[in-house]
Amino acid sequence: MRFHSLQKLLAWKWRQSRVSFMIWGVSLVLITVATASAFSGLYQNEQERAAMAQTMENPAMTAMVGPGYGLSNYTNGAMMAHEMLLFTMIAFAVMSILMVSKQTRAEEEDGKLELIRALPVGRLSPLMASFITVSSYNIIIGLLIAFGLVAMNFDGIGIEGSFLYGITLACGGLIFTAITAIFAQLSQTARGTLGYSFTFLLLFYFIRAIGDVSNEALSLSSPLGLLLRVEVFVHNYWWPILITFMVYLILVAVAFLLNNRRDVGAGLIATKPGRKKASGWILSTIGLALRIQRTSIIAWLVAMLLLGLSYGSVFGDLEAFFENNEAMKQMLGSNANYSLTEQFITMLMVILAIFSTIPALITFLKIKGEEKKERLGMLLTGTVSRWNIVGVYYLIGILLSTISQFLAVYGLWISSSFVMEEPIPFINFWKAGMAYLPASWFLLTIALCIFGFLPKWTPIIWGYLVFSFIVVYLGEMLDLPEWLAQLSSYSHIPQLPVEAFDWLPIIVLIGLSLIGTVAGFIGFRKRDVIG
Amino acid sequence: MTVVQVQNVEKRFGSFQALNKINLQVNKGEVFGFIGPNGAGKSTTIRVLLGIIQASAGSAKIFGMDVWKEAVQIHHRIAYVPGDIHLWENLTGGEVIDIFLRLRGKVDYKKKEKLIDLFQLDPRKKCGTYSKGNRQKVALIAAFASDAELFILDEPTSGLDPLMEQVFQQCVAEVKKNGKSVLLSSHILSEVEKLCDRVGIIRQGEMIETGTLEELSYLTRTNLKLTTNSAIKDLSEWSGIHELQKENGDYIFQVDTDKLPEIMTKLSSYGIIKIESKPPTLEDLFMRHYEQKG
Repeated sequence: MRFHSLQKLLAWKWRQSRVSFMIWGVSLVLITVATASAFSGLYQNEQERAAMAQTMENPAMTAMVGPGYGLSNYTNGAMMAHEMLLFTMIAFAVMSILMVSKQTRAEEEDGKLELIRALPVGRLSPLMASFITVSSYNIIIGLLIAFGLVAMNFDGIGIEGSFLYGITLACGGLIFTAITAIFAQLSQTARGTLGYSFTFLLLFYFIRAIGDVSNEALSLSSPLGLLLRVEVFVHNYWWPILITFMVYLILVAVAFLLNNRRDVGAGLIATKPGRKKASGWILSTIGLALRIQRTSIIAWLVAMLLLGLSYGSVFGDLEAFFENNEAMKQMLGSNANYSLTEQFITMLMVILAIFSTIPALITFLKIKGEEKKERLGMLLTGTVSRWNIVGVYYLIGILLSTISQFLAVYGLWISSSFVMEEPIPFINFWKAGMAYLPASWFLLTIALCIFGFLPKWTPIIWGYLVFSFIVVYLGEMLDLPEWLAQLSSYSHIPQLPVEAFDWLPIIVLIGLSLIGTVAGFIGFRKRDVIG
Repeated sequence: MTVVQVQNVEKRFGSFQALNKINLQVNKGEVFGFIGPNGAGKSTTIRVLLGIIQASAGSAKIFGMDVWKEAVQIHHRIAYVPGDIHLWENLTGGEVIDIFLRLRGKVDYKKKEKLIDLFQLDPRKKCGTYSKGNRQKVALIAAFASDAELFILDEPTSGLDPLMEQVFQQCVAEVKKNGKSVLLSSHILSEVEKLCDRVGIIRQGEMIETGTLEELSYLTRTNLKLTTNSAIKDLSEWSGIHELQKENGDYIFQVDTDKLPEIMTKLSSYGIIKIESKPPTLEDLFMRHYEQKG
């Protein structure tokens, strides 16, 4: 009787989540197949591939995307998997975390689960239904990717490899489906569930990054590191899949045990009583906006510092690597005034800049959540003006992108100066990193404009951010057309220290942002507020 | 016949004792009113009855079955409406009603349509756009369209307008007429007075009174307005007299109902010219319990 009415609940879960499943599915399959086809046309001869293989051996790349394999005969498949597998796996994980938390703890927090459980439904049916739904989404999307790759029949991307590739991705999603389900039992809120799950995702990424560069065993303790050991398209090892799947089953069992033991609405991590009175600073609009996001802001700042620290820690190996690598010297060595390591900084900076835009956008877009939950109206009907409230959130976003980028750059400098024989001066890092701020602010301004005029469409900004990441990260490798790359604000920033500093694009971006800011404010002032 | 039987149920959340030896009973064909201030333990009791939280001690049975172990069988025969309802924003009200009904078993479409008309709900709107009252209608329609034998209603009318409240009262009267039972937790005391056969009062996790309204009324006070020939100087010092006010020579006060005969005898010696009395209301009862002890 614990699983009574499971089938009906499954049909219902499908009805509720099919749209987001289709969006995730189509995007993930398209991105994978498109990059695979781009890779297969790109590096025609052995020499080009060998040069590429040497770039990928670079410790910073290893830290970022995982260890290279099959480098002696670098096929398109190996290249594609090396560039894409980890990040696509993280996308699967993000999808699973969002879906599971929405279907489990968020429903429970809202009281929807109580309605369901008051019906003739088994005690474990709702959790089981969510498990089956999200797990099958992962497997289906993984298989679609496999079939897509098989159907396209690219050179160097075999049938077994294609299936292993898809299933590895699905396993990455499955592990986080289970982890999120466990946190949904432990934490009493959906925010907490998301927070803990994303913290674990980040933690596993860092463990893998450090492990891949220095210690294999450490890397294997992270599911992300373990799954990269499939060495797909070259060796096609299946044992990481087996282990991951078993761990998945154990985690699922743990989630059910916890779920079976606890009351609806209860969490196992206790919440402690808070303050009786509001402290002084929370009584201002900015104080309130900061207070309600305090935990997530602090978590993001710590994460950005860690990201900087962990990328910086590979700089020592990087130096040694460049010393011994003639081909790399040739590839990057066009500019004799800068060390190769410094040239590599440019690539890191733009990626850090894109990452530090994420907390800024999340914090700003909180205003939309507040409006949707009808809490904004409570402030606006008080003495707070619209200018004030949207301005406060926007300002927090601007400040947060600045502080995030600064912390990441600072972390990069600290750990790199520990491991390098001739540390790069902080000012070089600082200039290179801070130059990207106008590009981040530009995104924030677009978010403001969308919020001001078409609040329903704010998710578009995430599409733009992902697009920017793809053109920056894969743009050169995929030989994307120049105009496409130019659509991203990050492409216009001078790449210090290698390129000379140029005020023009910076001024243009800041100018556009100012115009956008005014437009966004006016838009918000004129439109109806939902609540 | 007893439908709900709760005996010495306790519930602890960590060191906090939310329910302390709760006893209550709902009989077949009876509407039982469950009242108490915010945070007294009404919803916690109801959640124990629904088998979604587990009692720390004691026994709770519905239709003679254990509420925790046999929750699924029990839920086939009950309907539940909470006070604060969130529905799935991307589904329509009509869809949610159908899903709820289908999860319980066979759907009586005629009854459902009738209720949708009665409550004047637009079932084609997405739940995300419904106001609180409309969300409540969705849950009420899903409950009353079912063939449940017991209705557990936790402040079901907190968002309804007075017209809809009347419709709700009709629905309760109708199910009662069909021999079904209702456990109604409510803050609206006039509603409880109108609908309920018996009432239970809970305060700080303990049941302090249970009984019919008549049985409970002895606990309360009668309101009196009195004009006498000669002045009663020490009236405020008599035992059993409360809240004395003088207005144009009239005395307005409350009398403990159990002291009424004795006081009336005493009063008559002052020569009563005019007397008005108001029966005790549930509100008086309620207020008295909370003012004194809470």
